[in-house]
Amino acid sequence: MMVVLVKARDGPVSAVARPWRVLELARLRHHLIGVLGMTIIAATVGTAVFGPRAWRVGYADEVAHRLLGPSAVHPLGTDTLGRDELSRVIHGAQVSLQVGIIAVLIALALGTVIGVLTGFYRRGLDAVLMRVVDIMFAFPGLVLAVLIAGLLGPSRTNAMIAIGIVYAPAFARVVRGSTLSILGLPFVEAARSLGARDWWIIRRHILPNILAPLIVLTTLYLSTAILAEAALSFLGLGTQPPEPSWGSMLEASRAHMQQAPWLAISPGLAIMIVVLGFNFLGDGLRDVLDPQLRDA
Amino acid sequence: MIRFVAGRVVLLFPTLVGMSILIFLMVRLLPGDVVDVMFAGDVAATAAAKVAIRRALGLAAPLPVQYFDFVTGAVTGRLGASLTSGESVSQILGRAVPITVELAVLATMIATTVGIPLGVVSSLRRNTAFDLAAHIGGLIGLSLPNFWFATLALLMTSVFFHWIPPVTWISPGRDPLGNLSQLILPATAIAVYLMATVMRMTRTSMLEVLRQDYVRTAHAKGARPGRVLFHHALRNSLIPVVTVIGFQIGGLMGGAAVVEIIFGLPGMGYTLVEGIYNRDYPVIQAAALLLAAVFVVLNLIVDLLYAVVDPRIGVA
Repeated sequence: MMVVLVKARDGPVSAVARPWRVLELARLRHHLIGVLGMTIIAATVGTAVFGPRAWRVGYADEVAHRLLGPSAVHPLGTDTLGRDELSRVIHGAQVSLQVGIIAVLIALALGTVIGVLTGFYRRGLDAVLMRVVDIMFAFPGLVLAVLIAGLLGPSRTNAMIAIGIVYAPAFARVVRGSTLSILGLPFVEAARSLGARDWWIIRRHILPNILAPLIVLTTLYLSTAILAEAALSFLGLGTQPPEPSWGSMLEASRAHMQQAPWLAISPGLAIMIVVLGFNFLGDGLRDVLDPQLRDA
Repeated sequence: MIRFVAGRVVLLFPTLVGMSILIFLMVRLLPGDVVDVMFAGDVAATAAAKVAIRRALGLAAPLPVQYFDFVTGAVTGRLGASLTSGESVSQILGRAVPITVELAVLATMIATTVGIPLGVVSSLRRNTAFDLAAHIGGLIGLSLPNFWFATLALLMTSVFFHWIPPVTWISPGRDPLGNLSQLILPATAIAVYLMATVMRMTRTSMLEVLRQDYVRTAHAKGARPGRVLFHHALRNSLIPVVTVIGFQIGGLMGGAAVVEIIFGLPGMGYTLVEGIYNRDYPVIQAAALLLAAVFVVLNLIVDLLYAVVDPRIGVA
């Protein structure tokens, strides 16, 4: 976020370039729900980075200790192989964040390239690429992700690729729409009349000006991507055991629901809290960066 | 109106053709061949045996020929047989479609009957404790993984009521009440996300409409508040809500896929995922295409509902 702010200050902030709403990011600190979201996300990142160092109970198999209830030694109990549930939940945070972030970056990269190119060079390219985008959009997202991940073969990397491909059309549409609206503005015409090349216009005028909607979209899709990873892992198509992932932990808990119901609580709660954090932040960012929706 | 409906129906075809091409290519071009999987670990498998199997499955023909076979099969209902059970694919899917459609419809009904009133109250009590609670509750609804909700729901009913939904599918024709008791938990699990979306959209849209001049005019001419609310404001504010429901049907069907597995309901999502586990290609491509088709058709229905909610759209 800091990088974005510094970048924005370096740029020429003229009256026309009002879409530089990125500058208004600082106002987020007055947004109750936005601040709550940032706190949750900071706590999650902290858990993923420092958790394994702070909570040193390993998650190696200890069959003698299987399905123990919550206690001082194992605050969240142990699972069917006697592994400490808390340390698995902490490791799951790393997996969840990693998959979520990389998947959304894939979608962001694919979507931005397709969106800018189709918006900028209308005609042929636009018609072909946007039809493909429309058809992908017409698929139920998770079903498409299940199909791609299933056909590529179940693994964490393939889950990231599948989620990234599935959400790319959403980014492409928003980027294309924003590109089209910016192309109509006088400063683009001015740049053109001064002989600016396409690439220069894209870099100097289009990319900075679509930053605000992209930030909101990225935050919102981070939550969706984390949910999708959990769902794919729950179905056995994402992160593979023995690596801990919240989705597969939840799936594993179903076999022992009667003896060890606590195993069904912690991974699900962890997913919900992280997703909630991103949704809170997304709502806050939308209110701050998109004043038209502020009353909404 | 008939022209409007016909126009929409005609527009279905290019989308369906595009989807069939996409699914066909994905199944064919992604790494991992069904024949290799069938012979995995079998050292004795000769190249000749593989070629024979490929020919038997129709995988040796050029791609355009295979695509033609796939489409004619999809149109005539002759989709081949499952590679694992040998049962005809159209029979498997014929059983699966009603389950998924019923789940989706039930979930939409639950979501709208709860979501719309909550959204309306929230907009009328703007910036009160109720509104804040609804805002946070809505975001929690958006963040609640449906497969977790479903797992917990099963856990709760079995622990507190010693009841778990029957595991074999009860058709609504034979036992409507039994069918409903079986589907109510999974449908609620799927509905939560949509409920939250509908509530948020209703609130936003009501706030927008309540500011309009014609609402003030209606109040000014002395119409009762209830009439202004339901007759003037709510009807107009439902238009974007219907749009959002249309957008969310995809999420609903993805949710159905996961929840079907948890509750052991042999719907379309269940069939697709099982096909993927077994690398059962005829089942995978038929189930995926059908899921996409059902999704497109449900979207069409939402589009038509649009015209019912807003008569201006049908005329235009």
